[in-house]
Amino acid sequence: MRHVIALLVENESGALSRIAGLFSARGYNIESLTVAPTEDESLSRMTIVTTGSDDVIEQITKQLNKLIDTVKVVDLSESAHIERELMMVKVRAVGSDREELKRLADIFRARIIDVTDTTYVIELTGNQQKLNAFLAAISPSLILETVRSGVCGIARGERMLKA
Amino acid sequence: MQLTGAEIVIRSLQEEGVRFVFGYPGGAVLHIYDALFQINQAEPEREIRHVLVRHEQAAVHAADGYARATGEVGVALVTSGPGATNAVTGIATAYMDSIPVVILSGQVPTPVIGEDAFQEVDTVGITRPCVKHNFLVKDVNQLAETIKKAFHIARTGRPGPVLVDIPKDITAQLAEFHYPKTVAMRSYNPVVKGHPGQIRKAAHALLAAKRPMIYTGGGVVLGNAAPELRALVKKLGYPITQTLMGLGAFPGSDKQFLGMPGMHGTYEANMALHHCDVLLAVGARFDDRVVGNVPHFLQEPRTIIHIDVDPSSISKRVPVDIPIVGDVKVVLSDLLAALEALDRRPDEAALTAWWQQIEAWRARNCLAYTPSDTVIKPQFVIEKLWEVTKGEAIVTSDVGQHQMWAAQYYRFDEPRRWLNSGGLGTMGVGLPYAMGAKLAFPEMPVVCVTGEASIQMCIQELSTCKQFRLPIKIVNLNNRYLGMVRQWQELFYSGRYSESYMDSLPDFAALARSYGHVGIRVDRPEAVAPALEAAFTTHKDELVFLDIQVDPRENVYPMIQGGKGLTEMILGSEEL
Repeated sequence: MRHVIALLVENESGALSRIAGLFSARGYNIESLTVAPTEDESLSRMTIVTTGSDDVIEQITKQLNKLIDTVKVVDLSESAHIERELMMVKVRAVGSDREELKRLADIFRARIIDVTDTTYVIELTGNQQKLNAFLAAISPSLILETVRSGVCGIARGERMLKA
Repeated sequence: MQLTGAEIVIRSLQEEGVRFVFGYPGGAVLHIYDALFQINQAEPEREIRHVLVRHEQAAVHAADGYARATGEVGVALVTSGPGATNAVTGIATAYMDSIPVVILSGQVPTPVIGEDAFQEVDTVGITRPCVKHNFLVKDVNQLAETIKKAFHIARTGRPGPVLVDIPKDITAQLAEFHYPKTVAMRSYNPVVKGHPGQIRKAAHALLAAKRPMIYTGGGVVLGNAAPELRALVKKLGYPITQTLMGLGAFPGSDKQFLGMPGMHGTYEANMALHHCDVLLAVGARFDDRVVGNVPHFLQEPRTIIHIDVDPSSISKRVPVDIPIVGDVKVVLSDLLAALEALDRRPDEAALTAWWQQIEAWRARNCLAYTPSDTVIKPQFVIEKLWEVTKGEAIVTSDVGQHQMWAAQYYRFDEPRRWLNSGGLGTMGVGLPYAMGAKLAFPEMPVVCVTGEASIQMCIQELSTCKQFRLPIKIVNLNNRYLGMVRQWQELFYSGRYSESYMDSLPDFAALARSYGHVGIRVDRPEAVAPALEAAFTTHKDELVFLDIQVDPRENVYPMIQGGKGLTEMILGSEEL
């Protein structure tokens, strides 16, 4: 099962490597890991996408909680939540493809954020499926480069992850 | 008043009530050593005694042994680079057994960190997987608070080693010294009190049991919960098994104690553990050396109650029905109160039948061995040691066959009398552990049970023992083999003894004498008891190295092969 785990950690050097090290040392899988400071500058927030049986996920959350830097851990996928990922795609944009790519970007509510005679850079945010669908809609020969952030997750409604 | 970072380190240790520091000086910690010298000279009444070991691995082991024997935090001090890397085996050993140790390591000066300076290594990075937590101090103003946090983290919750890496320039800089009285960390709040509802559930389950079993581990020793455990076991009248790490919390000579469980556990303990219907696990983590094959263990339906201070130990290997997270001492006394409140007796008839079954298993007498009057049996040596010391010594061991024989044949009636490396299985701990224990309890007899292979991993500490006049007794069960390796090769590799013979052994007695100790070689069974007696009487105030030539063919039984179930025991060589 795929799980999205959000955690607040002390914004201290080494916190990220402690968490990454925990996953590698115990043989857990990390699909993606996103980290940045929060509105409280003493805290960083991470979103980790991982897979595993219920037992494994329970161990992962317990082990994360056990780290001294960890302030709070929540498994977002246990209830309604929103996931977003950012992608930038550099595409070959010449001839008739230029117009076609522009139309495709509009349909996906993507934005073209860089233009040259021969290329576009297209920015797109959304959940993983939407980003994958966009890539699938473009002829592979046109894709020059892609870069994706990891997943960011947040709970819907009143539920909050606070220190 | 402003102090240097080095003075802050020593003052902080004074504030923590530290009596001993085990260490080895070097470039990056010279300021700290100088501050230690000056402060000790100025205030001899508050002396922090530094014990100069001969290898940093032994510094951490000795601090760890001191912590195991006393329950206080052990302290080690090492320099940067090779000093810190030598300490890693000691740190990992303490980590696996949850021992509170604070390791202070020197680091190259802040401006050159990352420049591959002389004796630079990423100590925080190297030790991260084997510490409870670690710190790199980058600001002298945070030094005192960091040391306070290190001690707090090391001794609370599930204890463990904490490392503080201190760059040399920080130890020279000045700052106001203020040692915090308390420390609050929003991200670290170990649970102390168990959930009352769960404790009530546990009480009901225990009283409803037909075939109850109590299984306890090192957590009871670490949590100083032996009195509560004894009260509970006596109140219920149930059988108890204690892991290698838990020995002594409940008296080893008591009828209700069935012996150790697991790979080299007794027949009765393993059978009872396998066939019980309600299992109370306390401060024990269902380690692979205890439950063997998990699916095999789970064949029998049973209700498992698990008390542990570390939530991640619960349901890690074995699913638990009634989890209780909290300090073992607090939870056990709450559980006792809950049992009192229920005011019910266990099922007498069922319990009588269960004890009859257990006595039938016990009658197998699985620890019996074939005595000999021509060759020294290692089990016999341990039995004699128990008699000579009246069971009252602090016994340390290294790792291997001798460790298992000591655990099986020396009956520990008190906690913190049995110090060994259970989790990591580190050869070489025995002598440094004995040093830590002897310094803590100079009046107690301290015995290191070891083997000719293990002792050679830290044998240089004989020199430390000479310098600090530590009259430890070393019982070397010398079978001229890596005994446990040889045993496995005999049982599972068709007797291909690949590299398990320790060739070119020294004359250990002469070696001990060269360090200025008493060395005695024992090679006849009738000489064992007199030699042990002499070690504790004639040579009471000297270190005695007894090099005892034991039967090289003797194996540790009972035994469960790795990956097999608890009921798949090999009981003795006659069964092969």
